[in-house]
Amino acid sequence: MCLGVPMRVVSVGEDGVVAEIDGVRKDASLMLLDEEVKEGDFIIVHAGFAISKLDEEDARETLRLMREVFRPEDMA
Amino acid sequence: MKYQDEFRDRDIVQGLASRIRELVAGRREPMTFMEVCGTHTMSIYQYGLRTLLPPQVRLISGPGCPVCVTPNEYLDRAVALCRVPEVIVATFGDMVRVPGSTSSLLEERAKGADIRIVYSPLDAVALAAANPGKRVVFLGVGFETTAPAIGGSILAAKKQSLGNYFVLAAHKTMPQPMRVLSADPELKIDGYICPAHVSAITGPDAYRFLAEEFRIPCVITGFEPVDLMQGVEMLARQVVAGESRVETQYSRVVRPEGNRKAQAVIREVFTPCDAPWRGIGVIPGSGLRIVDAYAAFDAGKIIPVEVEETKEHAGCLCGEILKGKAAPADCPLFAGACTPESPVGACMVSSEGTCAAAYKYGQ
Repeated sequence: MCLGVPMRVVSVGEDGVVAEIDGVRKDASLMLLDEEVKEGDFIIVHAGFAISKLDEEDARETLRLMREVFRPEDMA
Repeated sequence: MKYQDEFRDRDIVQGLASRIRELVAGRREPMTFMEVCGTHTMSIYQYGLRTLLPPQVRLISGPGCPVCVTPNEYLDRAVALCRVPEVIVATFGDMVRVPGSTSSLLEERAKGADIRIVYSPLDAVALAAANPGKRVVFLGVGFETTAPAIGGSILAAKKQSLGNYFVLAAHKTMPQPMRVLSADPELKIDGYICPAHVSAITGPDAYRFLAEEFRIPCVITGFEPVDLMQGVEMLARQVVAGESRVETQYSRVVRPEGNRKAQAVIREVFTPCDAPWRGIGVIPGSGLRIVDAYAAFDAGKIIPVEVEETKEHAGCLCGEILKGKAAPADCPLFAGACTPESPVGACMVSSEGTCAAAYKYGQ
């Protein structure tokens, strides 16, 4: 129940968006989101409401730093 | 969504595991970290993360499954409500199979009660709009992530001037049980893996008292294996350094201020109250009730019912498991009398329950 799912915004309407993950599309209300969203953004959807926007840059940076630290050759 | 999969990168997970091993190599004293989110519990079992950790690092599960911490009394009240003529009970799916004292919503449905499983509380509002002759009662359980969604549904029902949408509210907030567990000398928790999406709403400050008053490190962690292993590494690093801070590993989603709009919806519709937790008992200020201004939407006030006397399930260790004092295998019913097909206790019913995760993925 508490599962929040990251989904990609495919269209933005007046009160909500249509978001998609793995080919499944769902409506998500924007009533609880205090950030602007546009098509292509990733949002966390919980029980039909967008609750947070996913900072993709931050995610990529985390991964980049980790890859740098954990190079396969260092992990024998 | 490719980069989400990258948070499952085997090499990074292994790298984090070896870093944790190095960090704690010289220590004899084990450190115990508790996760208080059902989705974390599922991920830890699903990816076998315990097997990657050295013996000095122990992960235990706490009261993180919203359905599991909901006591029998609430389920008995829901059962009584669904027996009222012209009432439709709308609920998230994992509530229907939880046994109350003598029945469950699933059993009541088989007997003819109108019980609908919905994905969003807004679906329940739509159900009320489409059935003006009926009264729709949504079962409002969950933590800070779900509370604003259900508050939002009440605001939506008000906007549509619906007089037949109600919520049976039993929301709970996470910091208070963490205070109770932190003060328990039997548990001795050395760090918290703080919930991800609860924190997206509350922000990291909600846990500051744990770090400052109880000197327990806290890390808000995402759900993927890389997130969880990095969260454990950050906790171990704090323990080794003798520090206690609230850190956010899941910064791609959790903002320092949390989600102010969702916080405002909670404040508008709910007010704190004392609440009973399965296995823990009543915790002051740990629940959310509907404020008087929205009493017209409060099923507890508008639709009175007689509730049967509450009975606990004999032999079930759910209470001890929710406190982190027992593991699923310690329960005499686990995988015998109690299975996901025929659950005795709530921890086996919900997919976020510790027993369900242990049963599905093994120990």
